[in-house]
Amino acid sequence: MKSADLCGLSIHRAQELLRDKEISAEELTGAVLERIRTKDPDIGAFINVTEQLARKQAKQADAAIAEGSAGPLAGIPIAIKDLICTKGIATTCASRILADFVPPYDATVTEKLNKAGAVMVGKLNMDEFAMGSSTENSAFKLTRNPRDLARIPGGSSGGSAAAVAADMCLGSLGSDTGGSIRQPAAHCGVVGLKPTYGRVSRFGLVAFASSLDQIGPLTGDVEDTAIMLSVIAGHDPRDSTSVGRQVPDYRACLSTDISGLTFGIPVEYRGAEGLDPRVGRAFEEACKTLTKAGAKCVEISLPHTDQALAAYYLIAPAEASSNLARYDGVKYGFRSREAAGLKDMYKRTRSEGLGPEVKRRILLGTYALSAGYYDAYYKKASQIRTLIQQDFARAFDKCDIILSPTAPTPAFKIGEKTDDPVQMYLSDIFTLSANLAGVPGISVPCGFTENNLPIGLQMMGNHFAEDALLKAAYAYEQAAGINGKKTATGNNEA
Amino acid sequence: MKITKEQVRHVAELARLDIDEADLDGFARDLGDILEHAESLGRVDTTDVPPTSHAVEICNAFREDFITGHLENKDALENAPEAEEGSFVVPRIIE
Repeated sequence: MKSADLCGLSIHRAQELLRDKEISAEELTGAVLERIRTKDPDIGAFINVTEQLARKQAKQADAAIAEGSAGPLAGIPIAIKDLICTKGIATTCASRILADFVPPYDATVTEKLNKAGAVMVGKLNMDEFAMGSSTENSAFKLTRNPRDLARIPGGSSGGSAAAVAADMCLGSLGSDTGGSIRQPAAHCGVVGLKPTYGRVSRFGLVAFASSLDQIGPLTGDVEDTAIMLSVIAGHDPRDSTSVGRQVPDYRACLSTDISGLTFGIPVEYRGAEGLDPRVGRAFEEACKTLTKAGAKCVEISLPHTDQALAAYYLIAPAEASSNLARYDGVKYGFRSREAAGLKDMYKRTRSEGLGPEVKRRILLGTYALSAGYYDAYYKKASQIRTLIQQDFARAFDKCDIILSPTAPTPAFKIGEKTDDPVQMYLSDIFTLSANLAGVPGISVPCGFTENNLPIGLQMMGNHFAEDALLKAAYAYEQAAGINGKKTATGNNEA
Repeated sequence: MKITKEQVRHVAELARLDIDEADLDGFARDLGDILEHAESLGRVDTTDVPPTSHAVEICNAFREDFITGHLENKDALENAPEAEEGSFVVPRIIE
């Protein structure tokens, strides 16, 4: 097999070839590393390529395969968003304040990937501390959309989506606080899943907004996402918010028979503010495809949709302002050298180490939590959150899966929205409700614009119904015949 | 909604951030714009609605009280900007 073909393999196909000894893990890893060497200078998905480790892990995977003790991801090249701790390997959160931070422990998901035999090829770029929708807030570099290098890859897991789209890894991990897995997956034409809150351990995930954050996979197709979710999901005593439910073999839940499933389309999402007509058309087309495949589509209502964005942009910054108080130059990370006294050291360290969007959210969150404003902002937003959860509970009485576009527009141009935070925040309008409600959501490619920019379809399921969600996404993917990595033509080889 | 430079300075002080004089206007404008968006929440009646701080209902997570894996002192200090005799070093607190 040619090197370029190896990089473009799905995880499930690579598993077969490795198992049948048609290819070796060393070959596959070598091909992916070569792809990163030639391709990433244009894309900028990686903050750090862990070549030595990858070659060592590939060798171990080949040995395990030979002796029949291989884990489910043995020899599969995976890359990880740079806010998930990797023992002995820098974990920067794309922030100057953690530029030299080398975690003394692995995140639970990192341990699980290692145990499954995965090969880690590197750490991926992102918006600083996952705050952003375009990966333009990284302190280190821009990441470009592999489908159009003048455009953003989405964010905050922009590196995770771009690396998969450009065949620089077979799957990646991202994190999603308001859409940060699903929105970049949509923009780059890959599949991205945010699991139910509590499904995947957050131990070792650098916290942004603890009640909303969740780790999930980004892959080339739904089957690969199912495979990765089965590896990373499960209860972890080190994360008291992880939930002790059995982890099914999600891949075994996939089927193209969706005749029994009902899809709900929120009336509030029709004609939503800033919805690009091309996205609207692709969405309508996707609904037709599902109906043709035998599913039922009904209208549902999520009455507090209009308030979700405002509630999110109070709750997430409030939690962030508290979580990021730990970056004070004492225990780890950057410390300003010119300080006069402790308090001055704190202020200088934080002011020099953190970027403008992070400061903006810390200020906003501190304001929302401060004396005199707490009731009007933070408490009010938390009450609205209750109403949003009730909306979802009622909707799931009427349907199994809620459908929407993933993002209101295709990927925008680099620099287009950097001066207007509110416009930037609007790109999360369809995704952030799932985080407030804690339900799982997945983005699957559902079409392309006239210039080949991918468009994503979002499906949201009930709490812990990832099995039904993945089944629906798989059935749609098969019925529509769209694979974002394979269907796109034109300038994706730019 | 109008946020003044003075308010930004106050919040920055609470958050232990120094904001350059030149950036105060920009942050004041951004915060005002975002909070204006948040005004829409005031129109929703939330009387008797309990606030949610957690998306999935779980009660306290208990476990047996025994020692599990933990960082050795040396590892915990590995990333410290300054360490000495097994401790983090900070600037003098008491003059």
